[in-house]
This record gives sequence, C-alpha cells and structure tokens, in this order.
Amino acid sequence: MAMIDEPLYPIAVLIDELKNEDIQLRLNSIRRLSTIARALGEERTRKELIPFLSENNDDDDEVLLAMAEELGVFIPYVGGVQYANVLLPPLETLCTVEETCVREKAVESLCRIGAQMMEQDLVESFIPLVKRLAAGEWFTARVSSCGLFHIAYPSAPEALKTELRAIYSQLCQDDMPMVRRSAATNLGNFAATVEAPHLKVDIMSMFDDLTQDDQDSVRLLAVEGCAALGKLLEPQDCAAHILPVIVNFSQDKSWRVRYMVANQLYELCEAVGPEPTRSDLVPAYVRLLRDNEAEVRIAAAGKVTKFCRILNPELAIQHILPCVKELSTDSSQHVRSALASVIMGMAPVLGKDATIEQLLPIFLSLLKDEFPDVRLNIISKLDQVNQVIGIDLLSQSLLPAIVELAEDRHWRVRLAIIEYIPLLASQLGVGFFDDKLGALCMQWLKDKVYSIRDAAANNVKRLAEEFGPDWAMQHIVPQVLDMINNPHYLHRMTILHSISLLAPVMGSDITCSKLLPVVINASKDRVPNIKFNVAKVLQSLIPIVDQSVVEKKIRPCLVELSEDPDVDVRFFASQALESSNQVMMS
Amino acid sequence: MNGGDEVVTAPAGPPQPLDWKFSQVFGERTAGEEVQEVDIISAIEFDKTGDHLATGDRGGRVVLFERTDTKDHDALRRDLERTDHPINRHPEFRYKTEFQSHEPEFDYLKSLEIEEKINKIRWCQTANRALFLLSTNDKTIKFWKVQEKKVKKISEMNLDPPKAVGNGCVASSSNSNSPTLCLANGGSSGNDFSFPPGGLPSLRLPVVTSQETNLVARCRRVYAHAHDYHINSISNNSDGETFISADDLRINLWNLEISNQSFNIVDVKPANMEDLTEVITSAEFHPTHCYMLAYSSSKGSIRLIDLRQSALCDSHAKLFEEPEAPGSRSFFTEIIASISDIKFAKDGRYMLSRDYMTLKLWDINMDSGPVSTFQVHEYLRPKLCDLYENDSIFDKFECCLSGDGLRVATGSYSNLFRIFGCAPGSTEATTLEASKNPMRRQVQTPSRPSRSLSSITRVVRRGAETSGVDANGNSFDFTTKLLHLAWHPTENSIACAAANSLYMYYA
Repeated sequence: MAMIDEPLYPIAVLIDELKNEDIQLRLNSIRRLSTIARALGEERTRKELIPFLSENNDDDDEVLLAMAEELGVFIPYVGGVQYANVLLPPLETLCTVEETCVREKAVESLCRIGAQMMEQDLVESFIPLVKRLAAGEWFTARVSSCGLFHIAYPSAPEALKTELRAIYSQLCQDDMPMVRRSAATNLGNFAATVEAPHLKVDIMSMFDDLTQDDQDSVRLLAVEGCAALGKLLEPQDCAAHILPVIVNFSQDKSWRVRYMVANQLYELCEAVGPEPTRSDLVPAYVRLLRDNEAEVRIAAAGKVTKFCRILNPELAIQHILPCVKELSTDSSQHVRSALASVIMGMAPVLGKDATIEQLLPIFLSLLKDEFPDVRLNIISKLDQVNQVIGIDLLSQSLLPAIVELAEDRHWRVRLAIIEYIPLLASQLGVGFFDDKLGALCMQWLKDKVYSIRDAAANNVKRLAEEFGPDWAMQHIVPQVLDMINNPHYLHRMTILHSISLLAPVMGSDITCSKLLPVVINASKDRVPNIKFNVAKVLQSLIPIVDQSVVEKKIRPCLVELSEDPDVDVRFFASQALESSNQVMMS
Repeated sequence: MNGGDEVVTAPAGPPQPLDWKFSQVFGERTAGEEVQEVDIISAIEFDKTGDHLATGDRGGRVVLFERTDTKDHDALRRDLERTDHPINRHPEFRYKTEFQSHEPEFDYLKSLEIEEKINKIRWCQTANRALFLLSTNDKTIKFWKVQEKKVKKISEMNLDPPKAVGNGCVASSSNSNSPTLCLANGGSSGNDFSFPPGGLPSLRLPVVTSQETNLVARCRRVYAHAHDYHINSISNNSDGETFISADDLRINLWNLEISNQSFNIVDVKPANMEDLTEVITSAEFHPTHCYMLAYSSSKGSIRLIDLRQSALCDSHAKLFEEPEAPGSRSFFTEIIASISDIKFAKDGRYMLSRDYMTLKLWDINMDSGPVSTFQVHEYLRPKLCDLYENDSIFDKFECCLSGDGLRVATGSYSNLFRIFGCAPGSTEATTLEASKNPMRRQVQTPSRPSRSLSSITRVVRRGAETSGVDANGNSFDFTTKLLHLAWHPTENSIACAAANSLYMYYA
C-alpha cells in the first residue's frame, strides 16, 4: 500500500473516509469534497473523483444530499466552465433517487451548473440529460426532469425546442400524479422561457390539462401557475385565458383548491390587472369570504386588507365590508382571528369616515371576542387605527376594552397588553395615563404569573424612560418601593428586579437616596433567595453610584452577606465584592 | 367506474366456478408443534403488481415474498407462444427477506404497554427497484424502504489499515478529538491548506470491488403520537403522497414525507364518552378518486366521505346501512352487525364489507342496501351464545375481492375460508380449508337464498377441545380461525393465514 507523507496524512484520511463504515465520517468527507478535489488536482478530479462519485451512489440519503449540494458549486474544481459537463452524470443519478429532498437538491445543483454552462455544452450534454430523465423508467427521474426545462430550453435550437415542448406536454399528462404535480409546479418557470407564440398555444394547452386534472393535488398546484402565467401573458390574453380559470377554481368542488385561490388571490389580481379584478375577481373573492369551509374563509379573511388596497374605497365599502362584518361574528374563532390580524390595515384604505362609521364597531366587537387570539391580534395593530381616527376617538372607544383586557384571565393576553402600554402611554399622554393605566401597571407587578411580573418590571422601566425621572419619582417609584414589604417573597423579588432596571434610568442621585436604602434593607430578609438577589442588584448598582457610596454602603452590606450561612448568598455576595474590587482598581 | 360496468354487462352467463388448487405453504406446522404466539400472522397484503406479498406477525416482524414464476417471463413466453402450449402458470412466491418492524414499547405517560403486533401493512409506490411499505401496530406507523444494497469491500486505500492501526493513528481517525483530523473536521483550516496546481499524485481514491448485494430494510419515517386509540387501518391515497390512519374514534390524514404532523379529518368522539355508541372499525381510500374514502362502524354502517367538501369530514357524503329486518332483533344483533373490514373493488364502484355472519357487497351509487349478501357460516347462528361467552364473536375477519371484481372471499373458523361469485346470476360458493388439501371440505352450494350449510357432511375433527359438532354434523373450532387473507390483484390466487402458516391457492 501507498506510503503517505506526513503533511498529506489528514487529506489521505479524508479521502479514505469517503468509504468509511461510519456515516458521520462519510458525510464529513463529502462535505469537504472541494478540499479533496484540490488535493487531487483538476485533471484527476475530472477523471477519477467524479466517476468515483457517480459509481458510489447507493449511499445513505444524508450523504447523497450532501453530495448533491457540493457538486452544485464544483465547477471551479474540475477546471472551470468548459469542463462543467463532467459534473452532469453524478447529478443525473442523484436526480433519480427516491428521497425527494435529494432529488430536489440535485435538480437545484444541475440548474446552477446549467446556468453557467456554455451554449454548445448545454445542447450536447445538458439537453440530452433532460430528455433521458423525462423518459425515465421510474417516476423519480421524470419528476426531476420537470425542474430542468427552464435551463435547457433557451439555448436549444428550434427543432429541439419543439421537441422539449412536446416532452413537457407529455409530462403534464403522465400516469403518475407525482410527475404531473412536478410539471404543474415548474410550469411557470418553464413558461417564462418559452416564446410568446408558443406560450399562447402550447403552454396554455398544458395549463388547461393541469387545471382539469382529476387529482386535487395537481389542480392545487395549477392555481399557483395561474399567477405566474398571468404575469407572462398580455393583459387581454390573461383576461381571456387565465381569468376564467381563476373564477372556475374559486368555485371548485374541492375546498383545498378554493383555499389555494384564496391564498393566492392577491398575486392573481396582480396578474390579471385592476379592471378584471374589479369586474370578475371581486365577486369571486366575496364568494370565498362566504365559503362554507372555515379553512377557506381563514385564508380569504387574511387577505382582506391586501385585496382592499387594490380596489377603490367605494368598491371595498360596497362589496367587501359587508363580508367583513359577517366574518367578525363568524362561528370559527380562527376565521375571526385571521380577520383581526389584518382588519386594522383597512382603516387607511377606507378613510376616516368609513372607519369610524363601519370599522370601529367591528374592532370593538373583535376586542370583546371570547377567544384571546382574536383580541390579541386587534391590540397588536392599534397604532394603525390611531393614525386614521385619532387619539380622542381611540381613547374613548377602545380604552375601556383595553382596561378590561388588562385584567384578562389569559396571561398571554395580559402580556400582550403590557407590551403595548409604553406605546399607548406615549400616544395617550401623561394625563390620561395617570388616570386610567397607572394603577394597572402596579397591579401587574403582583401578578400570579412570572412572565407578567417580569414584563411589568420592564414596563415600569420603559415608562420611566418615556416620561422622565421626575414623573417617575412622583408616579412610579414610591408605589414600587412600597411593595418591598409584600409578604410574598416572589413579589419582593420582582421589586428588586424593578429596582435594578429603574436605577440606570433614574440616575445616581435618586438611586442613592431612594433605591439603595431599600435594597440594603432587603439584605436583612429572612429568605436566602432575596438575599442573593440583593447581592446581584448591588453588583449592578456599583457602576451607577459614586465610589464613596460603594465604599460606605454597598461593600459593608456585601461583606455581611458574604458571611451568610447560605452558600448561594455567599457565592453571589463574593462575586459582587470581586466586581467592586475591579471597579476600584480601574 | 369502467371496470364496474364490466361486472354488470360483460358475462352473458355467470362465470364458471373456479377449481381451486393448493399452491404453496410457508411456515407449515409439523404435527404436534406448538404455535408460538409471536409467529401468528396478523396482516397480509399483495402489492399493486402482485409481484410481492408481505405478511406481518404478532412479533412485530414483516416478511416479504416475491413472485418467482414471472422472473424470466419474456423469454419463456416467446417459447410458449411458439409451441402454442396453453400457458399454465400460476403465481409462485419465494421468501425474499424479513425485518423487525415494531418492538414492544411502554407508554410511561399512560402506563400502557404497546404491543409490537403488526395490525396492517400497505404497499406504497415502488421506485428505482426499491420497495416501500407502511406498517402499523396499535400506535405507530412506519414507512419502510427495502432495497438491494451493494456490499462494499474497499480494496485500496491511502493508508494501510493494519499498519495504520499499528501506529495508532487511523484508529484515531474515527475519533473526532484526534489532532490529525483537525483538517478533516475543522472549518477553515482546510481551506488554508495549499495544494500544488497539478494535485498530489500520491493520493488515491478508495477502490470498491465487491458487487455482491444484499437486501436491506430501512425505516425511513415514523409517524407517531397521533392516535389516542388503537389504529385499525391505514390506507394509501391514489395521489401517491398521502395516506390515512384510523383508530376507534378518529381518522388522520398524513403526507408520506411529513412525519411530524397529520390532520384529523374524522372525529366521532362524543363530548361525553358515556354517549359513545359507535366506533370506527376500518377505513379505506377509494382506489382512484383521491378525495373519497369510506369507513365502517361497529353499528354496521359504512360512511363515504368526500374530502373536497370540508376540512373536517364529520358529516358524511353517503351512508350505507342495511335496514333491519323486523322482528329479527336479538341480544346479538348489534354485536354481529359490527363491520370488521371493508375493501373497495379495484374499479372503485363496489365496496365489500364483512360483519360477523355475512359478507355484503355494496354499490357506491346505491345507499339503500347491499347489492348482495353472502352468508359465511350460517350454521354458527345457533351457537352465538357460546361464541359470545368465549369472546369469539368479537373476532375481526378480513375480506377481499378478486382483481376482476367477480368473486369475493373471507375467512371463518376451523381454518376454513369461503369464496363467493358476486357476478349477477352466479351461485358460486366454495368452502376451502387452509391446508395442503383444501378441497377436502369443499362443497358447492348456492349462496343465495341463504340457508344453513347442512350439506357439509364430511367432518374432520381436529384435536382442540373447543371444537364441537352441531346437530347437522358441522364442526367448528374456535381456536383455529382464518382472519387474514388477500386476493392477488391480477390473478385468481389467494394467500391466507392459518395461525403462523401462510397458505396459497390458485385456480
């Protein structure tokens, strides 16, 4: 056997491990295929490594997937674009394996290589490859071939182009639904490369076949083709050929097809243009909004704002708004939730009057929905309404609902509200906030749920940032500090946490005079968890306060804690002492 | 539907009754041999082409058989055609491979043992000569790929394995902590490594020599944790990408490629379990209409579902029930009405259902009642009380249809199974015994009008204590029941399971 020089040893191991028993090692070697290729040189990569890979393709899918990926960027290692065709054979076999993700990766890599190949090479090796795959014995090869036509077609000579179109048309009528699905998925890509006259004839007839397929799963994918094809066609052709199909699909027997239409509707509208949208797609959309399948209504409701944006306000008010009203009381909570997540966006489209008159009642009813997700979705978009209807109306009509939600029994709802409090506070102003929301903020600090207490502490800090230290001194700090005597140690801990968050915002003076004494006091707590949290808070206060204060107040307290009977308290106290030493030294 | 018309119009008279012959047996019991519980066959399924047969057993194993008589079919046929001999082949199978599909498990959350017993096997689309199948036990469905793999022998390497092991370096090559492998495993260090432009001539690629192959079964996906109750059926969709799994109360829809989510499409669980009156016993997709599926219930009804109508198909598109004959009600009526298996005919127009006493053929265009009813073992009717007491009345017999839709078959006790002609006018009704001599009990009797098969005169008593002889001299043995059987998709050939033995017959 060969003797290997010492510096080559690692690369030799890497090569040997291409065939190791252990899949991890094989995988590792394949991932470093470029290193191996560089070590072998371009010529031996072409003549030995690539054939070796082509032969050894009955490996595990994970290895094959990695191989398919690596080969996609392998052109530099085989000597540049003029040798790109040597990479095709191993990828061709990978295009036929049973595992979908390997095939998809191989197709992707082939496309990447094909896009760089010279025209002649494409004609001589890439197109024959596509034809072989399309005529493959097993459906796997034919599935893969569909994804390669858009690379092969543009450089083919005229006769070959005709043949490729014919082959694709065959694939659209394949016996296996998998192949037809792949043909439907890739039709848009392929169509984009086909010349306009053929587009209208050949591609449209393939499209017609697919739209009439008896497998729902094929028709679903044809819906996506509508949008892609529509963008390629002239507007009048689009209206003539695509529009009827869309309208038909929107009344398909299968809810999954209608669901796809609802999901794709915006793209479809873009494809057919504004005029047909108004005349034909609005009725179709209204039908989808009133579909008897909840899934379809969910998809349709989620697009209501996007759809209204491409309509004029009158049409939206006349046709869409009545449906929105119905949906806001839909029997499915998911429909209401989908509607709630987008309905705020309708406000700018409809304008102020319509919003106040029509949308506001819907907002309010959704805000009182029994399903928390619905309420949450409304709250998270409140700022959008604010811009349209103004703060006065908002506070009058929405605030009572918000206050109610602040006490919601679902903690996630409360959490969402807390997160919007600083935003609301900034929009409502200090005065309003003091009246209505201040008490709530304090109440949350004593919530049963940790996440709420945590968010409440953060909220207190953000309010202090928003309204400034003076306001905070009046309205927040005293109330917060009061709670340090709460009988429940978890609540006392929340206060310590709030103090550590407030201190940087309040500044050195207030920290020393108001916050620090409270913390020092807490170091006498009977609960060790409080005591070591005191140590942590003190550590965080060190950089904020004066050196003298550290010396006089903080360090003595920490020294005392560092002799505590509890091991955790001693640990955190000594950690804090150490960091105070470091501060002193610097 | 085309094939369905054939059944109705094609034969001028009913087809001739078939003459059944023994073909093969696998795992035959020798006299006095004790049957091991784990060896008992619990599922049988032919693939779509009929070239492969799979069985599952209570020990969680799946055994595959492959057809041998078609192997060099092309060359042979040419010879046969030249010599103008009648082609007298019948399907013959040989053992191909087996694998352990399921292992016994324990659900710690519910303190439940999960048996490894294979409840159902379904074949999936073949690709690249690899076989794919789904197997399920009570809770977990698995997707298997069975494929010939080359046995690799590496004959040439850069490093001499024995020598390298000697100096301890290659041994460490599989150890990722090894410093020599930094290049191999490390990220950028390898890219800094510079190679001469022509490459390093002393490096060589491993040479793989042996081309020997062996069959390897790999579990590709596990579809778990989606069923609260026991899975009774799985069925592939004609779209090639989805399948359903049904338990007592729910049916879930899966994508073959996605194992971590499924959609619940039928849920018959009442809000209050005390209101439960009916459970799902079997479910199957229509063979060609991707949106249609049927499920049967313990009350004897079959519901046809249209997946296009709604995401949650709690309301059926069609309900098939036989109106109860007045005055016939007894304590056992509801129990024996429970359907244990349903199958679509290949053309998709007819459905076959098996309840305890009968086989029923339904036309999916006619929901007023079955097209025909075949009495399987009417002579047991007086014995229902005994059958109830020893729980046999809850046995779940499977049923099957021939590929041409002209005949139906199902099992009974004493290792008997029955084949009925279902073409209009056919009176074919054959009784066979799963043994090497199936004809010893065969009696031809018209199946309609139904009557007790008093003409069975030959009695073969088997050793078991539970066997008995009724007044008419019919024997029955509750312990030897033929629950599972399958009809070859294209030929008149039946595979059936008697305990641990697989018997095959042809006509």
